Amino acid sequence: MSDGGPLELVDITIGLPGRVLVDCLCVTVAAGECVTVMGPSGCGKSSLLAYVAGTLEAAFAARGTVRIAGRDVTGLPPERRRAGILFQDDLLFPHLSVAGNLAFALPPSVRDRAERQRRVEAVLAELGLAGYGPRSPGTLSGGQRARVALMRTLLAQPQALLLDEPFNKLDAALRDDVRRFVFAHAAQRRLPVLLVTHDAADALAAGGRVVELGGGPSPGDATSRPEISQGH
Amino acid sequence: MTLVRAAPIATVAVLVLPVAAGLAGTLLPAFDYLPAIGGHTLGLDAWRRLIDYPGFGSSLRLTLTVGLVTPLVALALAVCVAAWACERRAWKRFTMAVTPLLATPHSAMAIGLAFLLAPSGWIARAVSPWLTGWEVPPDVGTVNDPHGVALAIGLLVKEVPYLVLMIAGAQEQVRVRESLAMARTLGYDRVTAWVKVILPQIYPQIRLPVLAVLVFSLSVVDVALILGPGNPPPLAVLAVRWFADVDIAFYFPGAAAAVLVALIAAFAVAAWRALEGGVARFGERWIARGGRTGMTPGAAAAASMAAGLLALGVAALAGMALWSVATQWRFPHAWPDGIGLAGWARRVGELAAPTLTTLGVGVAATLVALALVVGCLEGEVRNRGRGALPPGLLYLPLLVPQIAFLFGAQVLLVRTGIDGTFGAVILAHLVFVLPYLYLSLADPWRALDPRFARAAAALGAGPVRVLWRIKLPLLRRPVLIACAVGFAVSVGQYLATLFAGNGRVATLTTEAVTLASGADRRVIGAYATAQAILPWLAFAAAVLVPSRRRGDA
Repeated sequence: MSDGGPLELVDITIGLPGRVLVDCLCVTVAAGECVTVMGPSGCGKSSLLAYVAGTLEAAFAARGTVRIAGRDVTGLPPERRRAGILFQDDLLFPHLSVAGNLAFALPPSVRDRAERQRRVEAVLAELGLAGYGPRSPGTLSGGQRARVALMRTLLAQPQALLLDEPFNKLDAALRDDVRRFVFAHAAQRRLPVLLVTHDAADALAAGGRVVELGGGPSPGDATSRPEISQGH
Repeated sequence: MTLVRAAPIATVAVLVLPVAAGLAGTLLPAFDYLPAIGGHTLGLDAWRRLIDYPGFGSSLRLTLTVGLVTPLVALALAVCVAAWACERRAWKRFTMAVTPLLATPHSAMAIGLAFLLAPSGWIARAVSPWLTGWEVPPDVGTVNDPHGVALAIGLLVKEVPYLVLMIAGAQEQVRVRESLAMARTLGYDRVTAWVKVILPQIYPQIRLPVLAVLVFSLSVVDVALILGPGNPPPLAVLAVRWFADVDIAFYFPGAAAAVLVALIAAFAVAAWRALEGGVARFGERWIARGGRTGMTPGAAAAASMAAGLLALGVAALAGMALWSVATQWRFPHAWPDGIGLAGWARRVGELAAPTLTTLGVGVAATLVALALVVGCLEGEVRNRGRGALPPGLLYLPLLVPQIAFLFGAQVLLVRTGIDGTFGAVILAHLVFVLPYLYLSLADPWRALDPRFARAAAALGAGPVRVLWRIKLPLLRRPVLIACAVGFAVSVGQYLATLFAGNGRVATLTTEAVTLASGADRRVIGAYATAQAILPWLAFAAAVLVPSRRRGDA
């Protein structure tokens, strides 16, 4: 499905007044690759993902170029970037059923109602959730919700996948399963994946390069230059 | 603390008893029964007289069109404003700008609008004679028009800001930023994302305010007296007119008209709920189709219409104030021929009494309501959230047309012999002040970190001391704002003052509405301005009182 292009971040600098969070970061994530950005909370890694997705709050000053599958999306609104994102919280919409959440993401180009329904049901079956469509997302378990959230993001046919500590709130027992599930699906679609986390186990599971961000967000520390290290 | 135990009971009594007893007291005369004035047997004569009224059909049609169309338009505009402005700086500005408009009593706003829209109004003056050639005001019905367009505008200017603020409040309960970010990364543009993701989540929380707007539009009296057609008027105005007739036999058809308004309101609420169900089912399928764009132009157009209404409201208030200081303002001059405070100085004497009455009643009703609300909320917090008053109960006096129960309540007041007293008027205002004050204070009160109280209690402070020394100081600003809301509601009461006061208690609002039909605009302007200034001052005081700690919201 994917165009197989890379996710390129060129000279990304993000700051708050009086404080630089990300300084001149350059990373290229190839299609099918996963790059992990690691750092303590508050170091600006979520802001980095928000900048890539186009949802960064106006309070931040940010510059730098973002290219997705060769397209410069820097000036585009989030809805035209085709960067799918998963947050710590699954953010399944509580006013829609499980099937409704999935249908929400399915592109409108699939016009036929029966066909839309069929695709949603196929996804549910793949998740082992056949018959769960009409239920409220609140009735699902944490692991089920995480999987539905991923499939929702993928149904919108993104060209890059951004992961904002999506495994953080899951039980330790579930975390491994969900991680494997997410990375397998991303690899299968040959998506470039950018993961931010403070959990080394996430980086290990991602199995790609690791970018360390920020030695610490101390005010005045304007030179949090990222160092790029080779992952496992 | 006895207050904590007594407050919920007293609150429920204040909310339910006047409405229930008042409805009964209106219902009986509507079926010819009111022994005090000779109605000893039940019958349908009152209804016959109502239906035989020559303008009955027009009255009914006017009530229905204005009462049903206005709330739909108000909701549509408010939703479009919110959808268009979400995550823009304009949103914050808009929600701040509407507070003074909301604080302004309906009747003062209506008077300002009449000054603006009338054939001899400010708008006509601004474009005459250079554009229109008018040297005298044209003979066209731009206010009091038979279709109620001016009335609808008068309602919209107040209702759109009200609903916008309700939406803003409801959004606090939903994860707006994250949900919108998620929807947008899935390809939805901002407006569509808001309509499909945020609106369905917040609608349950604005349902009661929307229904209150619906009922209000169907039964409004003061705005209709000023901006609506006089002959035939909407049903609620017809009822008031008959109640006030020197021939007390008109009580009966008046009561029938009031009951008819209540029935229409009940059917309208039921129909609205049914419509909600239909819209929800359609909406679910619409959302499942996955359309991501295309709503922005419509929302932007509607948002500019709402901004135009806002501008109209501001211009109305400015014009009203300008008239009050005009020494003379001849048509078609765009500005007064002279400005000075001489008019105010001359009218200080006549304004003083109604101003003091307005202040006294407003302060008393607000303080009583505050005591009851604090008692209720304290009880609720101490019971760990149990015993919260159901929202439907709080909205009861706002969901039953005022005209339908105030008349009956007055009959009861007359029987107990306290009609026409200050106490009766304060009591009648309390019925409306209480819900607004409660709704304004409940969320901040519940959000207060319970550990402050626990820490104080651990230091040996009793519940009373905790309330006075910890909670009230910490919640000083929300308490003051809730009081300003309550006071503004009291100042704006027209019908409640009229009925409970039995015409003997004159507030700025009753005087302004009475004068609006005929007096000199400079006089009306002074009354309406005085009427609007009181709630503004209350809000200004609440906002400007310094917070105890720096950085307080």
